[in-house]
Amino acid sequence: MRRGVLRALPPIVLTAGLLGAWELYVELSGVEADLLPAPHAVAAALWQNRGLLWSNFTVTAEEVVLGLGLALACGLTMAVAIHLSPLLRRAVYPLAVGSQAIPIPVIGVLLVFWWGFGIFPKLVVIALICFFPVLVTTVDGLAAVDPDQPKLLRTLDASRWQAFRFAELPSALPAALSGARIALAVGVIGAFIAETTTPTSGAYPGLGREIVTDINFATPRAYAGTVLLFAFAIACFHTLTIAERRIAPWSIQPRGEPR
Amino acid sequence: MPAKGAEVPTELQSRLQTPSPQEAAAGEIALKDVGHGYRLGRGATVQALDQVSLRAARGELVAVVGPSGCGKTTLLELLCGLQTPDRGSVVCPPAVLMPQRDLLLPWLSALDNAALALRIAGLSRAKARTRAQSLFAELGLDGFQHARPRELSGGMRQRVAFARTLLSGKPVLCLDEPFGALDAITRGEMQEWLAETLARERRTVMLVTHDVEEAILLADRVVVLSPRPGRVIAELDVGLARPRVRTDAEVTALRERALDALAMGARA
Ligand SMILES: Nc1ncnc2c1ncn2[C@@H]1O[C@H](COP(=O)(O)OP(=O)(O)OP(=O)(O)O)[C@@H](O)[C@H]1O
Ligand SMILES: [Mg+2]
Repeated sequence: MRRGVLRALPPIVLTAGLLGAWELYVELSGVEADLLPAPHAVAAALWQNRGLLWSNFTVTAEEVVLGLGLALACGLTMAVAIHLSPLLRRAVYPLAVGSQAIPIPVIGVLLVFWWGFGIFPKLVVIALICFFPVLVTTVDGLAAVDPDQPKLLRTLDASRWQAFRFAELPSALPAALSGARIALAVGVIGAFIAETTTPTSGAYPGLGREIVTDINFATPRAYAGTVLLFAFAIACFHTLTIAERRIAPWSIQPRGEPR
Repeated sequence: MPAKGAEVPTELQSRLQTPSPQEAAAGEIALKDVGHGYRLGRGATVQALDQVSLRAARGELVAVVGPSGCGKTTLLELLCGLQTPDRGSVVCPPAVLMPQRDLLLPWLSALDNAALALRIAGLSRAKARTRAQSLFAELGLDGFQHARPRELSGGMRQRVAFARTLLSGKPVLCLDEPFGALDAITRGEMQEWLAETLARERRTVMLVTHDVEEAILLADRVVVLSPRPGRVIAELDVGLARPRVRTDAEVTALRERALDALAMGARA
């Protein structure tokens, strides 16, 4: 319990310090409120618009989670395929790298033309942005397997699949999880990009759209929405770190702390 | 040709005939004029083994000693079919390797590592664990079933690796310096344990070691290799009753002979 409090203290102190500095700056510099609202104004906007923000937030959160799922599925599948086939590696890898340079608005309309105004085109955009770190880290992780391990498995009569299942796959898992964490960090902004660059019919909900609409005439509310995205990214990251302890417990170095 | 200085004994000459498939079926190991090398970068090559001929009857424990880098590990990998020889022929029944590094999989518990061969053979996790359990206890590992490899001591890791090797059920065990990482006391215990286990459960064993005394305590026959490229420079039959004691006059005499052969090889 004490330990938990002590752990939470540094980020709390730092956040409080930054918020204080921000508040002071707004107070002293006289910067206009629709250019930079003070933290207390943002907090007030967050509270007053909680219903609106929350209902938009749930839409965006769903996009992030599903989009990341799609990104993971694509990234991992491609990584395994590339690992197993040098031919595929040569064919696919350059295209995967190139795909990261595509400005999303260029394909936004096309995606909607294919899949309509619903959530799916947005998931595709998020996946396009997020699969890449998963792909690269997993490919490297698979290649970094101790070559003697598959060798050992061969003398135990393991098939190619069993060697993969017992050696390469678990050995690449920590790297893949690192990739997933990077993907997660860009996934939230990916959802924002997805919402604001794919055409929508009427009022498709979502925090991204809400923030873009608000930024000009309801700046504190735009900031309040941003605070939600900010907190959501941290929460997701933390969840994944906890999950990692269960999925790949061997990769967590013991810190030598008494338990 | 074997190095000059140490003549190949005549009784060995008779063993050096082309291996036939029947011999392999009978569980015999036979290497004939085996040469093997590695390609390094820029066209350089390194010859690890040269003209090695060697036999082991079914159930025999043959120890291979030789200086570091003379191709001992290479020899075992050839027997296990992990490499094919550049020259000569290798006949060997299905063999399992206990590698020089224990190579336990960090993501499996100690028990699951020991049971790996059973899992690969298609047993369910639960069945494999049950089968591995008794050997695990015999090896003095009880209570560490769920420990991960990095939570075990060096000696325990080697015992787990040894359990994994035994549980593969293969007729030939290729042990690459199995007790290399152990302190003198644990090493002695493990040597006794290995001798007991093999007395109960006969397997053909190729034991690579650079400890000549260990070779003589455990083996039926000791093969001495020259420095790289490894060739057979001496073979000693250890016709001593078991259990052997390291201070016995006969043991020390044989040890001196083996050390002489090694020293001669180093000078040649
Ligand atoms: N994969 C490889 N690629 C290139 N050279 C190799 C390879 N494996 C072994 N060698 C070389 O072959 C020679 C014999 O190696 P090997 O590992 O068989 O020796 P060893 O007798 O087992 O040595 P040690 O007692 O130190 O384990 C060495 O000179 C080594 O450099
Ligand atoms: Mg070796």
